[in-house]
Amino acid sequence: MTNRKVAIEINGETYEREIEPRLLLSDFIRHEAGLTGTHVGCEHGVCGACTVQMDGEPVRSCLTLAVQAEGHRLTTVESLAQEDGTLHPLQQAFHETHGLQCGFCTPGFLMSLEPLLAEARDFDERKIREALAGNLCRCTGYQNIVAAVQLAAERMQ
Amino acid sequence: MVTEVGVERVIGLPLRRKEDLRLLTGSSCFVDDLDRRDALHAAVLRSPHAHARIAALDTARALADEHVVDVITSAELPQPVPRIPMRMYSIDGMERLLQPPLAAGTVRYSGEPVAVVVAESRYAAEDALERIAVTYEQLDPLLAPEEALDPRNPVLHPDAGSNLAAEIQVRFGDVEAAFAKAEVVVAERLQCQRHGAVPLEPRGLLAEAKDGRLTVWGAAKVVHTNKRILATLLDLSEKQVRLVELDVGGGFGGRGEFYPEDFLVPFCALRQQRPVAWTEDREENLRALNHSREQVHDVEVALRADGTLLALRDRFFMNTGAYVRTHGAVVPNMTVALLPGPYRWPAYECTAQQVVTNKTPAGTYRAPGRYEANFVRERILDIAARRLDRDPADLRRQNLIPTDEIPYETGTHTDRHPVVFDSGDFPLLLDKGLDSFEYDEMLRWRARDPGRGRRRGVGLAYFVEKSGIARWEYARVGVAADGGAVAYVGSASVGQGVETVLAQVCAETLGVPFDAVRVSHGDTDVVPEGMGAFGSRASMLGGSAVAQAAAALRKRLIDVAAERLEASPADLTIEGDRVVARGSPAVGIPLTELAGAAPDAEARFECPDMSFPYGLHCVALEADVETGALDIHRYAVAYDVGRALNPQLVDGQIVGGVAQGVGGALLEELAYDASGQLVTGSFMDYLMPTAGEMPAVRVLITEDAPTPLNPLGAKGAGEGGTAAAGAVIANAVSDALGAEAHVLPLTPERVVDLADERRAA
Repeated sequence: MTNRKVAIEINGETYEREIEPRLLLSDFIRHEAGLTGTHVGCEHGVCGACTVQMDGEPVRSCLTLAVQAEGHRLTTVESLAQEDGTLHPLQQAFHETHGLQCGFCTPGFLMSLEPLLAEARDFDERKIREALAGNLCRCTGYQNIVAAVQLAAERMQ
Repeated sequence: MVTEVGVERVIGLPLRRKEDLRLLTGSSCFVDDLDRRDALHAAVLRSPHAHARIAALDTARALADEHVVDVITSAELPQPVPRIPMRMYSIDGMERLLQPPLAAGTVRYSGEPVAVVVAESRYAAEDALERIAVTYEQLDPLLAPEEALDPRNPVLHPDAGSNLAAEIQVRFGDVEAAFAKAEVVVAERLQCQRHGAVPLEPRGLLAEAKDGRLTVWGAAKVVHTNKRILATLLDLSEKQVRLVELDVGGGFGGRGEFYPEDFLVPFCALRQQRPVAWTEDREENLRALNHSREQVHDVEVALRADGTLLALRDRFFMNTGAYVRTHGAVVPNMTVALLPGPYRWPAYECTAQQVVTNKTPAGTYRAPGRYEANFVRERILDIAARRLDRDPADLRRQNLIPTDEIPYETGTHTDRHPVVFDSGDFPLLLDKGLDSFEYDEMLRWRARDPGRGRRRGVGLAYFVEKSGIARWEYARVGVAADGGAVAYVGSASVGQGVETVLAQVCAETLGVPFDAVRVSHGDTDVVPEGMGAFGSRASMLGGSAVAQAAAALRKRLIDVAAERLEASPADLTIEGDRVVARGSPAVGIPLTELAGAAPDAEARFECPDMSFPYGLHCVALEADVETGALDIHRYAVAYDVGRALNPQLVDGQIVGGVAQGVGGALLEELAYDASGQLVTGSFMDYLMPTAGEMPAVRVLITEDAPTPLNPLGAKGAGEGGTAAAGAVIANAVSDALGAEAHVLPLTPERVVDLADERRAA
């Protein structure tokens, strides 16, 4: 397999690497860019732990090849908090409502939910649960994640 | 009491977790996050067959690959090939059924490790698996216990002489006489399906041999025990081995046991004298991690016409899969021990047969043996209640162990230790639980017409859990150079909040602020001994050890300060970051100055007996008889945990536990086809609840019965959310459809079948 040179922008920084065309975006983010906050739970696009944003839209990085990410703007969980350490309102709400336990799925939830927050203030519980249904959490039973979304949406109004 | 010494009340507050910040910002460190550029990567070749003889195994083409460094088969292992030992409840003969790290000669389940490739990258290692040529001669698989016990069928481990791994029996009272005089007898066959822990983080390891020592990152749950096992299997001294637990993405019983890979990856690292990393994929995880829960029960209850329970008789099979793993006979033993539940039974007999088959080996999963037992007991009681035309809550109330008979000797044993309900008020919890659920209101809701093709039902399930198995825990507490306290604990974190809860206990006992306490766990070089995290033990036993060590350190700090201040220790206390004189806080010494002067205090908290939290699950649901869809209208849990050290975390444990229980009741199944292939080996097939399937859960935590067995009064809180979920949902569905559910999970197909059964009747 011939390697390919790529330049991929993640969280405003460009990573130039020579990679195999088959390299998964999740592996590029984790092992080439060293951004290990993005987690890999199933490698077949169901659990959502690997969710990152591509041009602001959530995508499964385990179902995307790294070479497909060229020319797009990627953001990962590492970009959510401010540089001074202030948490994003969604992160803060997860913390306050006990919306995480082992925390392995959490980055995927955060990156899936963050683009929805603007609309989420009009969501009832059922709609929030629908919005969450693309991400698996094995620890929390989702209840406190729902509460976190409600709290963050309220605060961001 | 611990609470008397501290200045600030911290235990019992819903404090936010210390773990969260790193997990929320992506700065956590799970094992696959370790960035070792010099590491080689391992991949495991697994048997594609459930039962076969390995006629030939050729690794030459894989070894010829330029990216491949090594290929290991059974022939490369130390001879005789070591077997992974049991760490709990072994019964004579089970040692002949233990698993070798790699199969030699015969494979006994689909997914059994056959070879390991070590290569320059994970991609290259997985590619090379395809270049290993294995010739298998397929044999007929035995998949069901009854089939495996049929003497006409082959013995899967000829050395063992039989496919019966263990038989456990308990008996008290005159069972035969009770059944002979019973006015009502109910007998049913009830089955619980194979499913399992499925933590969201796949397993992974990184092993490095350096300077005569071996370090393994990625350990979990029972780090010190696994260090001992690994040292023994590799013929190293314990001093040469270090295991390190990093962030762990969920345990639930399955993760952290000693698996073949826990031997193979360090073995490869020793062979190469280079770091070797391994991360499993999800399909491997579903085929390799311990399965659980597969039991078939033939259960009978004898009652008087007035509803008084006379006897319980049960005989069940537990499908243990191809090998006996680390848990030995724990799971069937737990079922036998806790099947009687919270009721007074004059007579009881139970026989468990743990049977070897050609499926993935089985072990524990959250509320192991009890989820199954609660399903069986609470289901048969509901069937009896319907037979007697009795309200299920009333029938239960009538038979609960009265509060004045507690402590109550049940007559059963776990791990050869008598089961004694140490404390409790079962009728009180029943009343509180029904109130919280609004039972009467739910019965009215049930009576209202939900419309065509819809049926409503209400179900209850009462249970007694156990907590604190393995009877000691270690802690050491010291003052760091910055004046903060550090608690070094033998408990492990699997994501449940150990660092927070143990810091609360330490802070309050020592008398320092919560923010000044750090909890260190999981590195065997830093913490000399420990039992870990299983069986709902970390808070109660780890917490008690921390309380003892912190109390001892407090005394030491005050004694040292008293000498320096020429004061009486009785006149001193700790406030904030200083030891000060009571009443005149200007006089004092900062803890930073005492850091070197007072040695760390150690404690080994011993607790000979387990304690028994107890609770009630209640469900109101609506079933669609055409589609089989279930809509859970209300789910309520009431749970007495003795003392909730952090009620928000207890709540989180309960709700999260319910989610796993609901998964087991409705969705999750490790299903096999007739050839012994796992057909639910991905998340497209192995369905776990999403936010869409999960109802909101109403939680009532009560503290009416603190245990006298530890200074905190706390009982384990980790498993009660799961323990009765299968039972309560099966009861509610049966109530809705007017037909008795006998088999879990209640898939839409089964729900429709039950509805049809009712219509046919």
